[in-house]
Amino acid sequence: MSAAWEVVIGLEIHTQLATRSKIFSGAATAYGAEPNTQACLVDLGYPGVLPVLNREVVRMACKFGLAVNAQIAERSVFARKNYFYPDLPKGYQISQYELPIVGAGELMIKDDNGNEKRIGITRAHLEEDAGKSIHEGFAASSGIDLNRAGTPLLEIVSEPDMRSAGEAVAYMRKIHSIVRYLGISDGNMQEGSFRCDANVSVRPRGQDELGTRTELKNLNSFRFVEKAINYEIERQIDLIEDGGEVVQETRLYDSDKDETRSMRSKEEANDYRYFPDPDLLPVVIEPAFIEQVRSELPELPAAKQQRFVDEYGIRNDDADILTVSRALADYYEAAVGAGKSGAQVVANWVIGDLSAALNRDGLEIDSSKVSAVHLAGLLDRISDNTISGKIAKEVFDAMWSGEGTADEVIAARGLKQITDTSAIEAIVDDVIAANPSQVAEYKAGKDKLIGYFVGQVMQKTGGKANPGQVNQVLKSKLGQ
Amino acid sequence: MSLDKDQVQHIAVLARLKLDDQEFDQAVQKLSSIVDFVDQLSQADTTGVVPMAHPLNESQRLREDRVTETDDRDRVQQNAAAVEDGLYLVPRVIE
Amino acid sequence: MSDLHLKTLTEIAAGLEAGEFTSLEVTESLLDRIDSSDDTLNAFITVTGEQARATAVAADAARAAGKAGPLNGLPLVHKDIFCTRDVLTTCGSRMLENFVSPYDATVVERLNAAGVVTLGKTNMDEFAMGSSNETSFFGNVRNPWDIERTPGGSSGGSAAAVAARLAPAATGTDTGGSIRQPAALTGTVGLKPTYGRVSRYGMIAFASSLDQAGVITRSAEDAALLLGTMAGFDERDSTCIDHPVPDYSAALQQSLDGLRVGIVRQHFDAGLDDQTGKAVREALAVLESQGAVLSEVDLPNIGLSVPTYYVVAPAECSSNLSRFDGVRFGHRANDASDLFDLYCRSRGEGFGDEVKRRIMTGTYVLSAGYYDAYYLKAQQVRQLIADDFRQAFADVDVIAGPTAPTPAFKLGDKTDDPITMYLNDIYTIGANLAGLPGISTPCGMVDGLPVGLHLVGPHWGEETLLRCAHQYQAATDWHTRCPEAFR
Repeated sequence: MSAAWEVVIGLEIHTQLATRSKIFSGAATAYGAEPNTQACLVDLGYPGVLPVLNREVVRMACKFGLAVNAQIAERSVFARKNYFYPDLPKGYQISQYELPIVGAGELMIKDDNGNEKRIGITRAHLEEDAGKSIHEGFAASSGIDLNRAGTPLLEIVSEPDMRSAGEAVAYMRKIHSIVRYLGISDGNMQEGSFRCDANVSVRPRGQDELGTRTELKNLNSFRFVEKAINYEIERQIDLIEDGGEVVQETRLYDSDKDETRSMRSKEEANDYRYFPDPDLLPVVIEPAFIEQVRSELPELPAAKQQRFVDEYGIRNDDADILTVSRALADYYEAAVGAGKSGAQVVANWVIGDLSAALNRDGLEIDSSKVSAVHLAGLLDRISDNTISGKIAKEVFDAMWSGEGTADEVIAARGLKQITDTSAIEAIVDDVIAANPSQVAEYKAGKDKLIGYFVGQVMQKTGGKANPGQVNQVLKSKLGQ
Repeated sequence: MSLDKDQVQHIAVLARLKLDDQEFDQAVQKLSSIVDFVDQLSQADTTGVVPMAHPLNESQRLREDRVTETDDRDRVQQNAAAVEDGLYLVPRVIE
Repeated sequence: MSDLHLKTLTEIAAGLEAGEFTSLEVTESLLDRIDSSDDTLNAFITVTGEQARATAVAADAARAAGKAGPLNGLPLVHKDIFCTRDVLTTCGSRMLENFVSPYDATVVERLNAAGVVTLGKTNMDEFAMGSSNETSFFGNVRNPWDIERTPGGSSGGSAAAVAARLAPAATGTDTGGSIRQPAALTGTVGLKPTYGRVSRYGMIAFASSLDQAGVITRSAEDAALLLGTMAGFDERDSTCIDHPVPDYSAALQQSLDGLRVGIVRQHFDAGLDDQTGKAVREALAVLESQGAVLSEVDLPNIGLSVPTYYVVAPAECSSNLSRFDGVRFGHRANDASDLFDLYCRSRGEGFGDEVKRRIMTGTYVLSAGYYDAYYLKAQQVRQLIADDFRQAFADVDVIAGPTAPTPAFKLGDKTDDPITMYLNDIYTIGANLAGLPGISTPCGMVDGLPVGLHLVGPHWGEETLLRCAHQYQAATDWHTRCPEAFR
């Protein structure tokens, strides 16, 4: 990317709220049901039916608003956004337009250089999700499944404050982390519970006026957000540098081809005729309700991160990683509390071996095969010198494979460390006796050979000798 | 005529209504007379008047988050003209 | 018994209670009436004879078992705008020509639970858009007083059925006068309650902020009887208010002594037929003789109520009717070439002229560039009109005047000019814009055609309206008149 250009990005994140029933009906929201079995008359837009707002949806929106330091609207209004589309049964989407439930807020992210940066949140509003069109399996038709229609969405709109794809992803991750901390969304991107549209424009560095933006749709993973934005930045710069002009339009990201393309169908007659929904009355939120929600707020990522640094004395970056999700942070704290090892050691293991194992098996921390208590048990065996750090990795893998607790694995596999000095001395004597030439070289000043002798001893003990002790005995026996 | 043919055509597209030629000419004429009629609203002085969206000054009631609906797909889909495998069929949607 | 069909709801209730006749006998008698008369009137879209007989039998059994409530076994008909489970619900439209509702509207559900017998579904202007019942896909309804004339609309089938003694009572809906105006034109009683008094759930929406369900009966007493069951909180309608439901029947007997009745000067201006005006003035004199205190009230902005309505109602309808797209229910065009074609032709074929006109008007007033000048402006004027009423009700208990500017007009007379047609509702629309209750009661005859007295009350003022109408009916007999051909 040319240094002559500045990139301006704003995101609209749609997050499904984790309610049991839909935003305006009593139909279930569970994912993956048979087509149209969770679409009741209200979701289908049947003649005569009416919407009634789900209390939990309001509570969840308030939670989010408080978490990003935003004003909660005392009075907000639902409006109809009118357009025809097969996945939109009523011919309008119930959304919020002029008076959203959450006003301006903010969020801190790390920019590409690792510096703190404030990103403004313009607003967050409630709306209903649409259904899905299915094209596979039909010749000239599409099939419409309205199970998702009416699922509550919170649309979080940012200010155009991001200056790179990296910042956009950092912001999106932060929002993802917050909604999951709050328990208001499962954030499952594969199932479409957390989706993002990006408004992207470029302008000559130093220019105040914004360039023409395009809206990128269908960004359903962090990786795609980054790739789509980077593609689009390059496309816009190339276009302008070749003397062309960016057209304001909606573009679809095609992850197979890694490119964005124009969605002309969405452009035609883009007049949504918003007006207040006469079937719904203004939503009035009393201060007492807000205070109640505030009192129920969990510790949020930023506060938890700071506390981990202060309370556990772990590295700043490690605290960042450990507080990305509430479940991971909870696991970490449980492991620290259950054992006698230092908090940094626990952090190293959670971020290192444990995360690697989770990634390898594609598991979330909630379904870790080694519990926090068992991990603590393993680390205690390192600190009390029962096993070495190296053997511990073997024990961990065995625990992961279901062979039991650390103590059970150590006993079953006979991995207990040899700490008996006389036993170690006997083995050291054997090694010295078996390697006269190396002993001579060592004594002649080739100090590096100490590693060779340690290796020999460890080999003979199957790695179970305490490495520190072996070193000490060797040095004293070879030293004279 | 306060509305011209292009405007009426645009409205018909927005509203997804197909009108035959005779209907269309009638629509231009009658819609124009309706628009002229409602134009008298501009006489009213509404400076500072809060727009009224509802006849009663009440606020939205909230429903408990409970699943109250059960599946009734097969019966409900009897009203649909084209259904296959539980899906409503429409001419292919191009994105 | 040959005169069962002539009885009012209250009379039938008394007869059933006294064991003079059964619900099945009443039901059979009315079904016979419908069978012999409806070819002339076209008041019904669907007659549900079989279900009616079964319900009547069940009601008689309930009574025999000592489990009869006040409405048990009473016959009535529903405007075909109310969804009725497993019964055709057309809304007077080709769009819903074959639509069988999978559920009951709350109003229907409550009346069913009270044991009423539904005789059928009545004809109406398509999607309740009309003042003469001429926009129905199922043909116009005829006025029992003169079959060359309109019964009014949009609840014209309900009004004609009650006037012709095919049913003692009917449900209706009123968005701009659709209960009160046909009641006036057919010599029946039409009550539109306060917005939010009766649930709108299951009532196919025309204009959500204006629509309200009510009844057409032959007396205020009968209206009170039904309203008590229909009214009240419904958790399925966010705009239905949790406001206590009084005993409407108990309120009827109180005298009019000291009742403050306001008369709107503008309602007696040019545009009001002389003879109609005379009949209404005579009715006011009767109220005065009964102890009411008359005074003039001013509604300075009421003159803008019709244009306000013709922005607000089409705007809401344009959106409400978008769900009729040929996909999940309703008319679907054959052999659509693509999605756009499916939408445009299904809707183009399924909706009639007036409905299309209103959808297009509504689309226009909400569209980019026109929203402020029309929709927002109309919402502001609506506020002014509501304020006028608020101020008026500081000084009076009831506002009285004519229901419609003329008696029933000839079929076909106003179909070419939408504006003249719209002006039929000039006296009734204000109550819808402000959400107020209104009632029309017969108050005279002009050239053999009935004329209605219109009473409007403040929010939740149904008791006063019913009482005022009932006391007036106690002193007059206009509401008991029956068209010659239907005695």
